[in-house]
Amino acid sequence: MNWITNYVRPRINSIFSRREVPENLWSKCDSCGTMLFHRELSDNLNVCTTCDHHMAISPRDRFLGLFDGGIFTEVPVPAPIADPLQFRDQKKYPERMKAAQKKTSETEAMLVVVGDIGRTPIVAAAQDFSFMGGSMGMYVGNAIIAAAERAVKLERPLILFSAAGGARMQEGILSLMQMPRTTVAVQMLKEANLPYIVVLTHPTTGGVTASYAMLGDVHIAEPNALICFAGPRVIEQTIREQLPEGFQRAEYLLDHGMLDRVTPRTKLRQELITITRMLLNLPPEIKGDLPPPTDAAGSGTKAQKDLASSSESKQA
Amino acid sequence: MTNYLNFEKPLAEIEGKAEELRALARQNAEMDIEAEAKALDAKAAELLKTLYSDLTPWRKCQVARHQDRPHCKDYISRLFDDYTPLAGDRNFADDHAVMGGLARFSGTPVMVIGHEKGADTKSRISRNFGMARPEGYRKAIRLMDMADKFNLPVITLVDTPGAYPGKGAEERGQSEAIARSTEKCLQIGVPLISVIIGEGGSGGAVAFATANRVAMLEHSIYSVISPEGCASILWKDAEKTREAAEALRLTAQDLAKLGVNDQVIKEPLGGAHRDPNTTLEAVRAAIAEMLAELSQKNRKQLLADRRKKYLKMGMTGLAA
Repeated sequence: MNWITNYVRPRINSIFSRREVPENLWSKCDSCGTMLFHRELSDNLNVCTTCDHHMAISPRDRFLGLFDGGIFTEVPVPAPIADPLQFRDQKKYPERMKAAQKKTSETEAMLVVVGDIGRTPIVAAAQDFSFMGGSMGMYVGNAIIAAAERAVKLERPLILFSAAGGARMQEGILSLMQMPRTTVAVQMLKEANLPYIVVLTHPTTGGVTASYAMLGDVHIAEPNALICFAGPRVIEQTIREQLPEGFQRAEYLLDHGMLDRVTPRTKLRQELITITRMLLNLPPEIKGDLPPPTDAAGSGTKAQKDLASSSESKQA
Repeated sequence: MTNYLNFEKPLAEIEGKAEELRALARQNAEMDIEAEAKALDAKAAELLKTLYSDLTPWRKCQVARHQDRPHCKDYISRLFDDYTPLAGDRNFADDHAVMGGLARFSGTPVMVIGHEKGADTKSRISRNFGMARPEGYRKAIRLMDMADKFNLPVITLVDTPGAYPGKGAEERGQSEAIARSTEKCLQIGVPLISVIIGEGGSGGAVAFATANRVAMLEHSIYSVISPEGCASILWKDAEKTREAAEALRLTAQDLAKLGVNDQVIKEPLGGAHRDPNTTLEAVRAAIAEMLAELSQKNRKQLLADRRKKYLKMGMTGLAA
């Protein structure tokens, strides 16, 4: 309109927003807008302390909060060949990959680890939504197969945290083929009578929901997570009507019989321990008996993280 | 009357002219147009050959979706005897987008399951354009279980734009239904043969096509997303369908290189819809061959083969 709206106002806004977030010490809740101190937020597993809104959490941060003493070991995932279709849209696929690796400092969209929860040994896998929307390609397929094979070998349950926009289009049909591939992985667990627990986090959609995320023995979702096959926008375009509030959200799926439970992130660890120990026919967990986070445990975690990040930088 | 695709316009003009000449000659017996009409026919034949000798991926999409292309119903009535449709998922409804039932293939009892798109406006609507709802996948699961119990080979005919993106479908667990159908495909100890006869659209196709052997018709397609969908997401431009179709590698020929399909069934010149009978017979021969091969294997081998096939799929990529 004029120079006040076009120039002056953005400048003023930018000065204020800069003051609001000094060096990322503070994060703003996407839902209620409360400013949250970063330590407070990470202590609460990226759940807003005011409104309980569940923000995204990286697989590494999730595992730090999940495992006893924050200790876990990564399971290597066989690397698939890069860019199998030589895919190119506006950008080349390898360029998109590099950008995602730089942004997340992870190799790919899934992290597989082993560790103990409440002194119960498990294998866990978590999908990273910040890595190209957590999309499922050959690597994610390989990761789930590696996780299942490890679980079978060690006779441990597998707990999988899903988060994805769906299949990775840049791998074309091969991303679609991860639906049967990951289903084979789930079958390996079932044949070995090992518990397979899926925690569906925001968002879990498309081919991911229509394969391993819906084949668990137990389905738990985080509050308000979007879980669907076709996204709300696609459906609105097809049926040309507005969808009701809360459609395809975790609570809605619970009502429609697709989930066993909706559990806040802060209570997940305890619930997973309880469920896994019962499924494994183990006695209840001995509570309050865990050693306090000593220096040794703390530095161990840090050393592991350093080790992991250095191995990644070598690969990149 | 032939329904021409956009890229066939020049062909339509030549064939139209020949037709006009012949119509004139029928009214006026003295006119001698035969030589001229024959020349036009020859020209049309030549053009058809050139057009179809090297179809681009986007043109293949159009041929794969051609309204006159033989559909599941045509295959079932021509290739199978004693077709006895079995309806319903015993849970909610019968999905008309999915045909399925007992039938005999060259005398052998089999279970045949497929997507049917419909042939005219009325049947297209009742078939929901071949887009299955959860009931369709649950019906397929039920039929596959039955086939497994009575040791009948399963033949699936895939032709779907994808699973139906509707409110009710989501409410009733579209994702779970597809996941379970794919799982069932991997669990049955009988030969499972899949032929992609038109469009293999995403999860809706995988749920039927996780098979021991997958054959694709020469101009059929199989993809994780439609070129239209891919263009609007990655190019942010719905017009870039041509580019998206190329990048996705959705043709039978490219997919054979990736090991997704085991064979490509040749179509008559100008696509399946120009000569449905030849197409149907070619598919019959391909199914017979695959069935003969697979019936040599026992349950354990069939299960192990299928599992191994999918575990190693994609390890080499297109470059190899």
